[in-house]
Amino acid sequence: MGTKLKFNNIRKHFFGVTALDGVSFEIEEKHTVGLIGENGAGKSTLMNILGGVLLPDDGDMSLDGEAYLPSNPRDAARMGVAFIHQELNLFTNLSIAENIYINSFPNLNKTPLIDKKKMNDSLKSLLKSLDLNYSPSTTVENLAPGERQLVEIAKALHSDAYLIIFDEPTTSLTARETEKLFTILKQLRSEGRTIIYISHILSEVKHITDNVIVLRDGKVTGSSETGSIEIPEMISRMVGRESDNLFPERSSKPNNSPILEVKGLSQPGIIGEVDFSVHEGEVLGVFGLMGSGRTEMARMLFGVDSYRSGSISIDGNPLPRNSPRSCIERGMAFVTEDRREEGLLMNVAITENIGLVSLPDYCRNLVKWVDAKRMNEEAGIIGDSLKLKASDIRRQPAMSLSGGNQQKVVIGKWLMKKPRLLIMDEPTRGIDVGAKYEVYSIMDRLAAENSGILFISSEIEELIGIADRIVVMSQGELVKVFEKKDFDVTALMAAAFREAVA
Amino acid sequence: MSKVDQLNTGRVGSVKIMGRKILLSEFFVLYLTIFYLLVLFPFIPRVFSPYNIKNVLSNTWPLLVIAIGQTFVLITAGIDLSQTSVMALSSIFGAVIMTSEADPVLLSKSPLWGFMLTENGGLFSGSAAALPVGLLIMAAIGVAIGLINGFSVAKLRMPPFIVTLVTQMFFAAVAIWLSKSENIRHLPESFSRLGRGNIGPIPIALIIAVIIAVSAHLLMSRTLYGRRLYATGINPRAARISGVPTARIIIAAYALSGFCAAVGGILYSARLEQGRPTLGNTLLLDIIGANVIGGISLAGGKGKVLWTVFGVVFFIFLSNTLNLLNLKFFVIDIVKGMVILLAAILDVVRSQLALRYSGGKV
Repeated sequence: MGTKLKFNNIRKHFFGVTALDGVSFEIEEKHTVGLIGENGAGKSTLMNILGGVLLPDDGDMSLDGEAYLPSNPRDAARMGVAFIHQELNLFTNLSIAENIYINSFPNLNKTPLIDKKKMNDSLKSLLKSLDLNYSPSTTVENLAPGERQLVEIAKALHSDAYLIIFDEPTTSLTARETEKLFTILKQLRSEGRTIIYISHILSEVKHITDNVIVLRDGKVTGSSETGSIEIPEMISRMVGRESDNLFPERSSKPNNSPILEVKGLSQPGIIGEVDFSVHEGEVLGVFGLMGSGRTEMARMLFGVDSYRSGSISIDGNPLPRNSPRSCIERGMAFVTEDRREEGLLMNVAITENIGLVSLPDYCRNLVKWVDAKRMNEEAGIIGDSLKLKASDIRRQPAMSLSGGNQQKVVIGKWLMKKPRLLIMDEPTRGIDVGAKYEVYSIMDRLAAENSGILFISSEIEELIGIADRIVVMSQGELVKVFEKKDFDVTALMAAAFREAVA
Repeated sequence: MSKVDQLNTGRVGSVKIMGRKILLSEFFVLYLTIFYLLVLFPFIPRVFSPYNIKNVLSNTWPLLVIAIGQTFVLITAGIDLSQTSVMALSSIFGAVIMTSEADPVLLSKSPLWGFMLTENGGLFSGSAAALPVGLLIMAAIGVAIGLINGFSVAKLRMPPFIVTLVTQMFFAAVAIWLSKSENIRHLPESFSRLGRGNIGPIPIALIIAVIIAVSAHLLMSRTLYGRRLYATGINPRAARISGVPTARIIIAAYALSGFCAAVGGILYSARLEQGRPTLGNTLLLDIIGANVIGGISLAGGKGKVLWTVFGVVFFIFLSNTLNLLNLKFFVIDIVKGMVILLAAILDVVRSQLALRYSGGKV
């Protein structure tokens, strides 16, 4: 087996900031290589150089032993390099076949018309080999996220790519879809393709790869066979410090007075008869697979979506069916799953983002004059307490921050309101290990101040690490409640998959 | 590298930085106006004559008031095409209330004839209350049409373009129907003063426009409403989840737009000393054009009153100089259209530059 790809001393700067500081490593042919590192470590920059999106300032690459320097993505594609992005680049309004042939529609007998039949026929066997049982003429918007990803893979295979980059491929997949993806990755490998697999979920990296490359601050800090590196070591190489503890010690215990009480919450087709409560000082974990109704339930609690029946009360006072605003007035807060679309004003200054919820508290007199000075000061204090990494929080827009710091801004805007009950939906998705630890610490601190936290996640490990109790949801119903002493990965999984197990 | 080369690259570098600074400056459109006038000055020296300046300024005030109203709506990522019909309808209603005599030959076919309008004028003909009631009704019409627009957009979730296009057509037609396409004259002297009079050396229209501009500026930049207006324009979903009553914010923006259009209608009607059913029907390009040139983004969330002021001043000078050059009316519109297009392109360039230098991802 030869060397498929070689990076030699790659450097890249953006406006004086070093993104890549002399990266060199090799990838063996027919291997699956995990590329890991915190956000901002340089993974995306390196892959963008490989994919022809960016040019390196210095250094060179070779592919199959020949010098390789793509000047645009089409160059890279021609050389057999395919890049499957985290946010899939599909045209949801077009069919599977049209997406795959987007750059090279076959002509019908030399006319300008497209030969749809040829297009569809040629893809049937390819789709079948990926276990994607749809006609090539199916519109992509009818496909589930996991199936869309298979379309991307089909596109890569169709262009005969022998080096395929996967960037966080499992973030929007269900457990079943993830399993299927792994099967396909193994199949691709056995066909002799080389794969670069980028992920924050280290157990997946451990499971699926042959080698692991660790990046930190634009440098390679680890390169070894997957079999000889354990997850704690991967983490310490990523963050540059020993971290045997992924989770902070909980500093307090919950008491018995309930904050949130939910009784018989139902919305036909989405959730049915959900009952639970969150107590003072408690972190209640909610585990469920995608589509289990956990996100929908959170949205109903916060007045974003409507529900047909049931009651929700905060500190014994029933919550009128209303809007997020009345929930906020009663002390609720909601960190949504989608921080770009529902959490942040991307091109607005960080302090303005943090202050958005609490604005009415900083207003004087009838015309609601905003005391910007006081608001900015207190937003600054919140930012400091969250260890927000920004150069000028009064000017810098939220979009200039890394994912983890963006999430801290979203959390900060709710902390400023001193919430009684904080609902967090996948708060650690797509953020790095260091930022995750800080998010857990914030939860612990808030619980110690007697607030309640409803922590929704699809990562069992973090729920076990931080929650006081875990409720498991499946198909819109609350199937089981686990006390701390009963926490167990297999049992939780089994509860979430109750149909499959039963 | 020789010394001369270094000097040259140094100079080129600093010119580049200067250029970037000017391009990104808040006062960019003002600089552009000054530059434009200096270039044209040798060809039309009349542009700086006291008479012309006075003429330009008197055109500025009503347009400024209306354009500021539009700015509120643009920031919500909407658009208000109905401002011109607000002007026409409020002009007619104001005149019907205030006029002291009406010509039966012209107006007896009006549906209002006989009960709101007679040979002896309107409802408050000759009364001292004519002016305050007239102004109140005019403003109320603006707010009412604005509320209709706002409700349809925010609560019924209809597209702003369609909603306001319909209200534009509908209320402009109502104004023509009510007046049978005739101007209504004989308005009280106290009303005309608003458009033509001075307090000391200062035109009353200027005072009104400045009061509205300053209030709008403070409302947008310093109050809870202003902050929430921008948040709604930038990301309505995030704003709603953060407790912003987005529907009310949007409805208020359209109401303010209607109000400003009505005030503009008052100033124009007062200057013309008549209620005119076609008032404003050619003004839409100027209103939206001035906003776009000023840098107010049609995508919402971006804009300031100061920018609108600069946009209006530029637009008025543009029209004025094109008139002074004795160009044909179609040439004038061609040039105006091209300038708006250019402004839109510049806006894209500027926001990309700003993004790059604020550390955002490009």
